[in-house]
Amino acid sequence: MNKLATMTALQNQIMQEPFGEFSWILNILFYAFFFVFMFYGQRIQIYIMLREVEGSLYKLKYIKDEGRKTAIETIKEIGKPQTDPTARVDRFLEYFTISPQSLDPAGVVAKLEHILDVRETRFKDDVKLMAPATDKTQANNLENTLEAAMALNYIYKVIRHFYLLGKKTLSLYIIMQIQMILPLVMREAEAYASALKAFAYGQPIGDGAGALVAAKLTHGSPTRNIAKECVVATVPIEGRTAYVIKAEGPGGNVGKPGDGVKTIMEENEGNIANIIMVDAALKLEGEEVGEVAEGVGAAIGGPGVDQFKIEESILKYRVPINAVIIKEDIGDAVSPMRKEIFDAVDKAIERIKQVILEKTKEGDKVIIAGVGNTIGIGQ
Amino acid sequence: MSKASSSATKRISSFVLLVIFITLALSLTALILAISAFNYNEIAAYYLLLIGFLGAALSTYVLLQTRKRIKRLSIKAPAITTTIECSKCGFKSIREFERGDYIFKAVDPCQKCNENMLITAIYREVKEKTKRTRF
Repeated sequence: MNKLATMTALQNQIMQEPFGEFSWILNILFYAFFFVFMFYGQRIQIYIMLREVEGSLYKLKYIKDEGRKTAIETIKEIGKPQTDPTARVDRFLEYFTISPQSLDPAGVVAKLEHILDVRETRFKDDVKLMAPATDKTQANNLENTLEAAMALNYIYKVIRHFYLLGKKTLSLYIIMQIQMILPLVMREAEAYASALKAFAYGQPIGDGAGALVAAKLTHGSPTRNIAKECVVATVPIEGRTAYVIKAEGPGGNVGKPGDGVKTIMEENEGNIANIIMVDAALKLEGEEVGEVAEGVGAAIGGPGVDQFKIEESILKYRVPINAVIIKEDIGDAVSPMRKEIFDAVDKAIERIKQVILEKTKEGDKVIIAGVGNTIGIGQ
Repeated sequence: MSKASSSATKRISSFVLLVIFITLALSLTALILAISAFNYNEIAAYYLLLIGFLGAALSTYVLLQTRKRIKRLSIKAPAITTTIECSKCGFKSIREFERGDYIFKAVDPCQKCNENMLITAIYREVKEKTKRTRF
């Protein structure tokens, strides 16, 4: 109270001289601002945050609508449907997948794999119904396009939910949590937006770096199917026999490298000297796009089913596993492949050869698994 | 439901509007007072003029910003390059990406040696602004 009185006296002293009889206006203004910010400061902050979220929501809505439009146009263009696919696309965009119950975690990976298989079969069936004139490659690309549109639709709906909930409750904490993660969400949405065109046209994406490494190694050698949408080629590298695994291209799919590795291990009764996995990996800010790094472990993303299977196989036969990664950010991973990433593929191949020379002997057998979406990459 | 929610997102908060209009009214009062104050206290008049203009400009700006419709957004499709190479004579040609292109696809015969050419690269080039950081 004492402070307020001192402040008022000081303010009066300052204002009295130049303003004379009009100093009351400034006094009123001063008090008005003081009380408005004292009682409504948090509310003003809420409105500022809401406006920020609202701006991003407009952008998300636009991106989501563009995704839907691209998907419908692509279906009409390459699928030659008899009826308008719009209603079916709208239904597809609302699909959801319920992950298995993990209260008792034993056997959850098999359950998850089954759910994912059912989901994939359902997607493929729907794509075939929407676009009957597509071949396998186009159907895979179309499925990827629809999945990107689906992801955008979901992001938009989640942000809209928090925005409207925040507006309804005027709770600072509801709005704040969404406002704080908004830059990251927008980055992801923009990445999916650029992925849409890449998927629709069948262009190689950054995530396909691992698949491209495998494709470069296998090119010219005969391939055979080793698992669902997964091929293997037996290639001689530095006097060793390399089983190079990749997803079957050039349609957009990641295959089942986990099953591929497991089958090769079983076929050779565990007589494998080393496994080298190549994949694109998310870089940290400050790292260069296309940087190649080396380590140990199963370099594979996704829901974890394939990583689990690979780890089970290597554990059974005690096979050492090495990893070579090509660094990129989330935007580069799902958008058309950057030149830096394309150039990094040759560096990754050099690293693989180096690992083979250092870790194996002449005549040994090795597995090289090129992990990633093989869209736009043949073999 | 969706229509109701989308219209809700476009509405401007009445509280924000009230704050804007009060600020605008106060600014206009300051301007009027400034004009009448010029005859007997010039310094105060200048101050009031400054406050009035600043307040009016600020509230008009906020009002316009609130009223402003979303800018036309666009998703730019980056230019994608396809490189075609002849494995026999090494002849290389670069063109824009076409739907159906994929890496290791056999395309038209080579102009020089008539051997089938292969697509060897598909990528986009990004010109990044180099920001100097200490780390």
